[in-house]
Amino acid sequence: MSHVTDTDAPATPELRREVERRRRELQELEARLALWEEAAARAPVRDDSDFTTVSGQPIRALYTPRDTADDDYLRDIGLPGEYPFTRGPYATMYRTRLWTKRLFSGFATAEETNERYKFLLERGTTGLSVAFDFPTLMGYDSDDPLSEGEVGKCGVAISSLADMETLFDGIPLDRVSVSMTINGPAAMLFCFLLVAAERQGVPFEKVRGTIQNDILKEYQAQHAWIYPPKPALKIITDIFEWSSRKAPLFNTISISGYHIREAGATAVEELAFTLKNGFTYVEEGAARGLDVDDFAPRLSFFWDVHNDFFEEIAKFRAGRRIWARHMRDVYGAKRPESWRLRTHAQTAGVTLTAQQPHNNIVRVAYQGLAAVLGGTQSLHTNAMDETLALPTEHAVRIALRTQQILAFETGVPSTIDPLAGSYFVESLTDELERQAEDVFAEIDELGGVVAGIESGYFQARIAHSARRFQDELEAGRRVIVGVNSFCEDGEREIDILRIDESAAEKQGRRLAELRARRDPAAVDRTLAALTAAAEGDDNLMTPMLDAVRAYATLGEIRGALESVYGRFQEPVGF
Amino acid sequence: MAERKIRVLVAKPGLDGHDRGAKIIAASLRDAGMEVIYTGLHQTPEKIAATALQEDVDVVALSILSGAHMTLFPRVQKLIEQNGMEDVLITGGGIIPPEDVETLREMGIGRLFGPGTETGLHTSGAGSRSTGRTKTPDGGFVAHADPGR
Repeated sequence: MSHVTDTDAPATPELRREVERRRRELQELEARLALWEEAAARAPVRDDSDFTTVSGQPIRALYTPRDTADDDYLRDIGLPGEYPFTRGPYATMYRTRLWTKRLFSGFATAEETNERYKFLLERGTTGLSVAFDFPTLMGYDSDDPLSEGEVGKCGVAISSLADMETLFDGIPLDRVSVSMTINGPAAMLFCFLLVAAERQGVPFEKVRGTIQNDILKEYQAQHAWIYPPKPALKIITDIFEWSSRKAPLFNTISISGYHIREAGATAVEELAFTLKNGFTYVEEGAARGLDVDDFAPRLSFFWDVHNDFFEEIAKFRAGRRIWARHMRDVYGAKRPESWRLRTHAQTAGVTLTAQQPHNNIVRVAYQGLAAVLGGTQSLHTNAMDETLALPTEHAVRIALRTQQILAFETGVPSTIDPLAGSYFVESLTDELERQAEDVFAEIDELGGVVAGIESGYFQARIAHSARRFQDELEAGRRVIVGVNSFCEDGEREIDILRIDESAAEKQGRRLAELRARRDPAAVDRTLAALTAAAEGDDNLMTPMLDAVRAYATLGEIRGALESVYGRFQEPVGF
Repeated sequence: MAERKIRVLVAKPGLDGHDRGAKIIAASLRDAGMEVIYTGLHQTPEKIAATALQEDVDVVALSILSGAHMTLFPRVQKLIEQNGMEDVLITGGGIIPPEDVETLREMGIGRLFGPGTETGLHTSGAGSRSTGRTKTPDGGFVAHADPGR
């Protein structure tokens, strides 16, 4: 054992001797280090870095056992699959099962995206991840006037169950797990997926996958909201409650740091805001009277993987430990599955550069490596052209191959959490945990997450960090290859995917046909029942499934609830 | 000649929620001495044109990362012209392919700024103007801050 604390009096003479020996070692180290530091202070220092992480965290030249002397191995690091899960959520990690190679994709209409999914499945992707267009993300039908110009542009347009059936045509929903990045209208899209599975003959309890369903970070960073926080949290809790009984294999939320980070937050802000959001969902479930151990095992997470290699690895490790400690000690969860943080990861879109886009392949590879060293359960690697447009098939294939090279050629997945015990990585893991706890205390003082959203605290803090980074970049204190250093003249070197307006026309026709074909009385009846359930504070899942089966559209369902809940009004500032 | 600060409306039309760029631009234009109004997210072109008129701005800067720029820029431009504000510079940024930047330029939209732009490009020397025309031949608003104008 490498770390022993001396806070408690050791029980046996052997232990007392061991502690004494360690204390002497540390004293000797202190003396040697003092000499080393004197010599190091005389050495010249490079002037092209200020030796802070991309988040501004100062990094020292050298880490030694002194920096991890307070760690207790079993208490703080432990074994994989065991509390506090610092080394990984599962006992045998990638020796048993590699991470899921899950590429986020969707564009134009359900038909075209269905073809892309089949292309990916044929080439070895192991899970699907649906990117929706902005109208869908905001809960509008493709033929809504507000959708004009946006249909199918940033993802696939899904306006009803009929579109969802087309999206998964020929893809068995009991075998392929589906992750859906959807938040404001998460319940609606979840119901579309469930009924699409039902129509394939797959019962709800066999449907595997994830809905993002993390509305708190929408208010903080990503901004695809519909209703105000309180009713939005009520709908999320409805999903937890319903799914724990009816769709137990489905991950009902993916509590996401990704968008918080992409909007400009630091690593610590991403870590702390995300976990605090997670605790807020747990508190909502508990307030409903749910047993935390009934729904906590289906909570999952989603981290960004930014450029700063070790900071990212430490973030993954610290996240698992903080979640475990709070779930056990603060929220009283008894099942290890409730303590265990499982995560998806995506390489940081914000680090891709429009300049010299081929360089992005290299950035993505390093970030993917950090995610795997951090112990992720699934990974999306960005395509090199994603800062310019939705990716081409060529770019997507390289992104997928990047993961396959990592999985099968580098040897990295052969041993579990290989950076554990690194003085630097353990010390940085401890430091991120400490700083996250400080942020939790600050949010508590504000009155919690919802109060912080309403006052604009999160939004202002993220905008401030974004500005700090931009200022550092422009002052030349941060080097971004191809952007402020090592630049090349000349135009973009790659072809990009273009989505024309034909998706909007096709969707318009499909929706007109659907509205003519369905039974209007059934639509009206089920929508009225849904509105009544919202007014009566009932669980919305069953009436929503009925409306979906009657082919009520996304926009109609959104409207049926908006009449009761109203809309969120953003506090505007910069 | 009375100097007044350049008034800029930074606006987010459409449904996309990416406001990191819009907020950074708004803050750096403000720091460069301009009067900046930021609309917040999810604005319709009608609302943006109405705000431009009400606030009597010299510049409307649209931030669009949703791919809807070919719909939204011309729509905002038309509505602003209908308000009799032909002198207002319409500029902006986001994820906009070079071919589209060229098409929009031909339609009279000002310079558009993509990923990797330094905020100094927008603001160098700017901050106030004398009276007169806002638009410049290259569609930027760096040149018109020339105090000699």
